[in-house]
Amino acid sequence: MSATETSAPVSPREAAPPRPMWQVIVIRPETMTLLLLVVALFAASLLSPYFLDVTYILKSFTLSAEFAIVALVLTMVIISGEIDLSPAANMALSACLFAFAQQQGLPMPLAIGVGLVSGLVMGAINGFMVIRLEIPSIIVTIGTLTLYRGIAQVLAGDKSIRVPDWFIGINNVLILGVPVPVIVFIVLSILLGLVLGTTIYGRQLYQIGTNEVAARYAGIRTKRIKFVLFLLMGLFSSVAGLMTASRLGSVRYDLGLGGELQMVLMAMLGGTYIFGGRGSILGTFLAAWLLVIVSTGMTVANVLPAVQLVVLGILLIVAIIATNLIYSRTQR
Amino acid sequence: MNALRFLLLRREAGIAVMIVLFCLAVGSQKPQFLTLDSLRIILLLTPLILIGAMGQMLVIVARHVDLSIGSILGFSAMVTGMMFKFYPDIWWPLGFVLSIGVGALLGLINGALITAFRLPAIIVTLGTLNLYRGLTYIISNAKQIDRQFVPSALKSMSQTSPILGIPWIIFISFGIALLTYVFVMHTRLGRQIFALGSNPVAAPLRGIAVNRVTLLVFTLSGALSGLAGILYASRWGFVNPSNTGSGFEFQVIAAVVIGGVSVNGGVGTVLGTVLGVLLLGCVAAALPLLGIPGTTQNAIYGAVILIALLIDRTVRRQGIASLTMRAGS
Repeated sequence: MSATETSAPVSPREAAPPRPMWQVIVIRPETMTLLLLVVALFAASLLSPYFLDVTYILKSFTLSAEFAIVALVLTMVIISGEIDLSPAANMALSACLFAFAQQQGLPMPLAIGVGLVSGLVMGAINGFMVIRLEIPSIIVTIGTLTLYRGIAQVLAGDKSIRVPDWFIGINNVLILGVPVPVIVFIVLSILLGLVLGTTIYGRQLYQIGTNEVAARYAGIRTKRIKFVLFLLMGLFSSVAGLMTASRLGSVRYDLGLGGELQMVLMAMLGGTYIFGGRGSILGTFLAAWLLVIVSTGMTVANVLPAVQLVVLGILLIVAIIATNLIYSRTQR
Repeated sequence: MNALRFLLLRREAGIAVMIVLFCLAVGSQKPQFLTLDSLRIILLLTPLILIGAMGQMLVIVARHVDLSIGSILGFSAMVTGMMFKFYPDIWWPLGFVLSIGVGALLGLINGALITAFRLPAIIVTLGTLNLYRGLTYIISNAKQIDRQFVPSALKSMSQTSPILGIPWIIFISFGIALLTYVFVMHTRLGRQIFALGSNPVAAPLRGIAVNRVTLLVFTLSGALSGLAGILYASRWGFVNPSNTGSGFEFQVIAAVVIGGVSVNGGVGTVLGTVLGVLLLGCVAAALPLLGIPGTTQNAIYGAVILIALLIDRTVRRQGIASLTMRAGS
């Protein structure tokens, strides 16, 4: 295509009128999430006055903060057109390796290093199989999900491994009244939000997710960027695993079991487009709070855990249908 | 080299060789592994996985994946178990109708969500995996259906045998495999699943009703999981809201991909899948003999899935290489 062709004037009758600015700003999945968040807060405050207490909400957030942290990175993975179902299993294995290492008498910093490095290695395995060997990430991460948790089960058996006393309770450490896991989550949200929203890498990520072949021809190092994403995924999964170990005080192989549902749910509720190319950190950030309020609200209202599982399942399907609808109405 | 390539390209032969080698290796350590008794044990480990694998094979051939089969198995087994509990006088084969029907319905829901809203199967079935499991807890009040409620006629299907000392349940599962073979090889609808999976873009152009085929595939997968549900009650004699069927999807996916069904869709055979199931059965039966604890099972399933993916990729590369060579020469 030559430049003259593309710059040929388009007749005004053929071009669709641009959407008004307010529509562009208002009709997007993040707005929906924010609206739901406000509604959920309102409903929850009717349920119990505790929900108007910020410390109470912060305290309940620590229960899901680990998943929320991973969900932020997962959002970027999904935007790039891939998916990772293995982070919850990764959390379990890296926490088990860490606990196992310190039980064998390794000094703590080294044991923590073992946990983090193992997370990186697991991310690298995913990345290698998905990017280098070009096997679909869905099936690769189903395999590694089984493998990682399986190895954790071999390591820990049915026993739980205790961690040293001083390591316990990261969720009770407050900085300016805010628990540390929440701070980690907020800081990471800001960082990743800036990367995704303001840097070249962020734009390239959207381009990869929209059309990977075109991105490659445009000179974007798609493979390298995606591989880094899987590495990040592994690293932050292990960070989340260690944080969970600190919160629970002991490590079992079933740590974070079923967490992939919550992580994917946070990304989907936040309006990340499952086929890639669209979504934002802000959405996932809001969705994480929404999910915390919904699940805490259900617990306060004495909803059985089984019913909560049903609600989360339905929420996932509804969220993805709604997001798809919004995106199909607001064509690029 | 040619022989090697033949084995690599003929996936079924490759798996058969792997099964033989594995059995010989285990047998050299523990001779009792090579007896008829252990063959019986291996075969008894496989029926549920085999039935689930037939459904999952169709789903993966159509380029989807169904993660909810374990929960469908659990739910339909629970519904059937509750029927036996509250209506003990009912004619027990009705349990099959109920279990398969419930399974088909849940599978249909999956398929309807996927086709109506154009959603990816992985997310939908991840949602329904949790949804159906939660429903199982709710309808059962988190209570197990104990042995005394499962009809003894149903339980005896896993023990008594019409012929050669092979229990009914094994005949049923291999019968299902045979039916699936006929379905995919000799019916138009069966071939359409493969056409859809090998090229989803071209399929509608060739007049294939994509939505209908997708619905069918998920409904069949659900119905077969439902059948596996009542056979679970027959095999183990109880139904537990949390254990029954949990992790089933990983065993089945492992069996299907090791059996040579390509995760890129359009490729897969019933024979290969059956052999994949048998291989997993051999491994599962060999573990206790070799004194390896049962906790390693999940790690092994995971490793099997990844190894199968690697083999699958190598085969694909080999196939492409030989084709381009032919075109070039």
